[in-house]
Amino acid sequence: MSDLETTMGAAAGAPHDNSGGHASAAAAAQAQLKKVKKQKVLLMGKSGSGKSSMRSIIFSNYLARDTRRLGATIDIDLSHVKFLGNLTLNLWDCGGQEAFMENYLSQQRAHVFSNVGVLIYVFDIESRDVDRDLATYVNILSALVQYSREAQVFVLIHKMDLIQPQMREEVYNQRVSLVRKKTKEAVAIVRKQKPELLQQQQPPGTPGSTGPLSPSSSELDIDLQVFATSIWDQSLYKAWASIIHDLVPNLAVIETQLASLGVAIDADEILLFERTSFLVVSKWTSREGENNPYGDRFERMSNILKSWKHTCSKFTGTPRNAEQFSDFEYKMGPSFSLFVMKFTTNTYILVCIPPGEARFNSAKLNVAAARSWFKFLDGPVVPPSASSQMLAGGGGGAMGSYGGYGGYGAETGYGAPE
Amino acid sequence: MSADSSTETGSRSSRPLPVRFLTPASLNLHRVFEQNEQRVQKRSGGKIPDPTRPATKGKPRLLLMGQRRSGKSSISSVVFHKLPPNETLFLESTARIQKDSLNSFMEFQVWDFPGQIDIFENPAYSFDLDAIFSEVGALIWVVDSQDDFSEATHRLSMVVLNLRRDYPHINIEVFVHKVDALAEDYRQDIVRDVRMQIADELGDNGVEELNMRFHATSIYDHSIFQAFSKVIQQLIPRLGQLEAMLTNLCRSCRFEKAYLFDVNTKIYIATDSTPEDMASYEICSDYVDVIIDFTEVYGSWPRSQQWRERLEGEPWMQPLENQVACEWAESTMVLSDAQRPVMLREVDRFLAIVAIMKEGSYDKMPQINMNVDVAVKGLTEFFEITKPKDSQEVVNPVLQG
Repeated sequence: MSDLETTMGAAAGAPHDNSGGHASAAAAAQAQLKKVKKQKVLLMGKSGSGKSSMRSIIFSNYLARDTRRLGATIDIDLSHVKFLGNLTLNLWDCGGQEAFMENYLSQQRAHVFSNVGVLIYVFDIESRDVDRDLATYVNILSALVQYSREAQVFVLIHKMDLIQPQMREEVYNQRVSLVRKKTKEAVAIVRKQKPELLQQQQPPGTPGSTGPLSPSSSELDIDLQVFATSIWDQSLYKAWASIIHDLVPNLAVIETQLASLGVAIDADEILLFERTSFLVVSKWTSREGENNPYGDRFERMSNILKSWKHTCSKFTGTPRNAEQFSDFEYKMGPSFSLFVMKFTTNTYILVCIPPGEARFNSAKLNVAAARSWFKFLDGPVVPPSASSQMLAGGGGGAMGSYGGYGGYGAETGYGAPE
Repeated sequence: MSADSSTETGSRSSRPLPVRFLTPASLNLHRVFEQNEQRVQKRSGGKIPDPTRPATKGKPRLLLMGQRRSGKSSISSVVFHKLPPNETLFLESTARIQKDSLNSFMEFQVWDFPGQIDIFENPAYSFDLDAIFSEVGALIWVVDSQDDFSEATHRLSMVVLNLRRDYPHINIEVFVHKVDALAEDYRQDIVRDVRMQIADELGDNGVEELNMRFHATSIYDHSIFQAFSKVIQQLIPRLGQLEAMLTNLCRSCRFEKAYLFDVNTKIYIATDSTPEDMASYEICSDYVDVIIDFTEVYGSWPRSQQWRERLEGEPWMQPLENQVACEWAESTMVLSDAQRPVMLREVDRFLAIVAIMKEGSYDKMPQINMNVDVAVKGLTEFFEITKPKDSQEVVNPVLQG
C-alpha cells in the first residue's frame, strides 16, 4: 500500500490536479482495488483459418513465418492476456474442427457462450466450402445472441495475402456482403424461434461483461465490424486495435490527457502503444497532422515497431517478450522529428513533432514529465482529475500488480519458438 | 573509365588519365573498357562508335542469368523494387530481357534475362554479344538450390567458357538461391556441391581456376541483400579508401560496427575492417527500413503555410532550416540490452551511415555527432572526387586546352 500512496502523491503534482476531487478519488481508487476489468474474448472460425496464428503474433510476439510451427488447436486454448494495468483478456482460442464446433454448440453451449464480451470470428478467404463456413457462422452467432446478447462481434476475413492484389477489394466486398446477409439471417432465426430467450437476463455480477439491458435491447441487432486481415502486413494490427479499443478502461481519460499533452508540447501526432503487443491504445492528432494522407499509419506504426522489436531481439539474443529498445529518436532534417520512448510500465509513446532541436529536446523532457499523468495505465492509481469522468464512464479503476512487470506472464500454452 | 567519345582515336595514348583516378578496382573497369573499345574499333574500322550507344556508358551493368524459375525476377523485384518477398509468387515468367536502371549513389543497370533462352547456342536469335557483355560489371548466375542443379551448372560453365576469351574481366557471381527451405548447416554443403560441379565441368574443358564467388541466398531473409552488397562492392572505385574512413570513424567513436548503406536498396557499399557478421548487418538494414517507413508516413506530405509560419515565428524567429542541426536524417536508438545505442546518419539522398555503438555511449552522443559530421563531410568529398564521367567531362576540356 505504501507504494500506492507515494504514487498518489506524485499524481497530485501533475498539472491536471484539481484538489477538490482528490480525497474522493483516493477513496474510489481504494474501493476499486484489485478489481481488474475482465473481458471474455472468443476466437472462433473454421479449422486452419488462422486463429491461433494471429493470436500468437499479436500477443506472443511470434513472427508471421513462425506461425507455421503451430499445430491445430485442440478444444479450447484458454489464455489470460494482461493488457495495460487494468484489463485482462480471457482469450478463448476455440479449435475449429467440426467435432469441436458441434461440441461448443451442444454440450458446452452455455459454458462457451455466456458472458462473452467479444466474439472474433475468422473466415479463411481461400476456403473451398464457403456455404458450410457460413452455416457454422450462423449457428455460432445464434448461440452467442442467445447467451451474450450484448457481445460485440468482429469478423475477420483472413489470409487476404493469398488473393492477387488487384482482386482483393472485389473479393473482400463480395465476402462481406455475404457475411452481413448471413448475420441478419442468424438474428432473424433467433428472433423467430426462441423469442423467450431474448428476455432472459444476463447472469449478474460479472464485472465488465455487460451493462444492464437497455429498454431497446429487445430490438435485436448485431453491430458487426468486418476487417480484411493478413498476418503478413499491418491489416492484422488494424483489426486488433479496433477490437482492443472498445475494451480499454478509462479510454476517455487517456484521450483527454493525451490531447492536453499534445497541445502542451505542440506535437503533430501522438500514439500510445501497449508495451508487448504494440497495439495502438489511443492516439491524438493535431489539426495539421490530420492532413496526413496515410490513413493506415497507426497500424503501420504498430507493425513497424513490432518488427523492429523482433530485429532487436534477434540481435541481442534476449527473449522476444522482454523490453527491447528505448529512446528511439529520429530527426528528419527540416521536415519533422519523431521519437518513440518507453512511457509508463505498460506503454510506449510515439510523438511526432515539427522539426527543430530545441523543440525536440523540450518535447522529450515534457513527455517524460507527463508520465505521472498516465500512471493509472499501470493499474492502481487513478489520477484525481480524471476520476469523475472515469467513474461516469462506468469503468473500474483497478489494482494490478503495481510496478510489477506483469505482462503476459500468466499466459498459458505458449513457448517461444526456437 | 573516361568516356570521352570525341577523342577516342587519337589522344587516348598521348594523354594519360589523371593518376588519382586509378585504383586496382577502377583499373580493372578501365581495362574492360579499353578492351571493348579496341574491339569496337576493330570491327567498325576505326570509326567513331555510334553516338547513341555511349549514353549508357559508365553505368556498370549487372546481368542476372540462370535457369528458368530459378528466381531471377524475384531477386530483382525484391532487391530493386522493394516487392514484399511473399508477393513474388504472383510474378509472371520473364519473356524478354528486362532492363532496369537504378539511380543511386552510382548508376547501375540490371538486366534480367529470361531463363529459357540460351544466348550462346540459339540460332533463332543472334544476340549481339558485345552489346550485352561489353559493359558488364558482374554476371550473376542464379542456381535454384531446391532443384536439380546439374543443368544449371552445365549452362554456367558453358557461359564461362564462352566469355573467358573475350571478356575475361567480368566478375562471375553464383547465387545458390532459395536456401530458405534448407537447414542452416545444409546450406554450405549445397554451395560446396555447386562449386564442385562447376569446377568439374570447367576442369573437363581444361579450365583449372575457378574464378567466381559463391553466395547462399534467399529473398526471405537478408542474405540476398548481403550477396548483392558483395557484388556491388567489387564495382566501387577506391573501396579501400571508403573502408579506411569507416574504420577510422569506428575507432574515434568507439563504434562496434559501421556500415555505409545505399538507402534505396539496403545494399551496403562499405563497412569498417572488423569482421562482417550477418547479425549486425540485419539490425542495421532493418534500422534503415524503419527510418524509411517513418519518413514515408510522416515526412512525405507537405505541411501548410500556417504551420510553417507559426513555427518560424515567436519565440524562434528563424527559418526552420536554421532550427535543425542536420540537413538530412539523423537517428539514434538505444537497445535495452546492455544499453547499446545504434545510430544512423544520412550522408546524402542515397547513402547513410549506420553504426552499432558500445554500451553506455548514449551520453556521448554530442561528441559522436561531431565526429560523424566530419566523416560525412569526408564521404561527400569522396563521392565528389570519384564520381564517374560527369566530373571528368568537365575536367577534360581544360586539360586539352
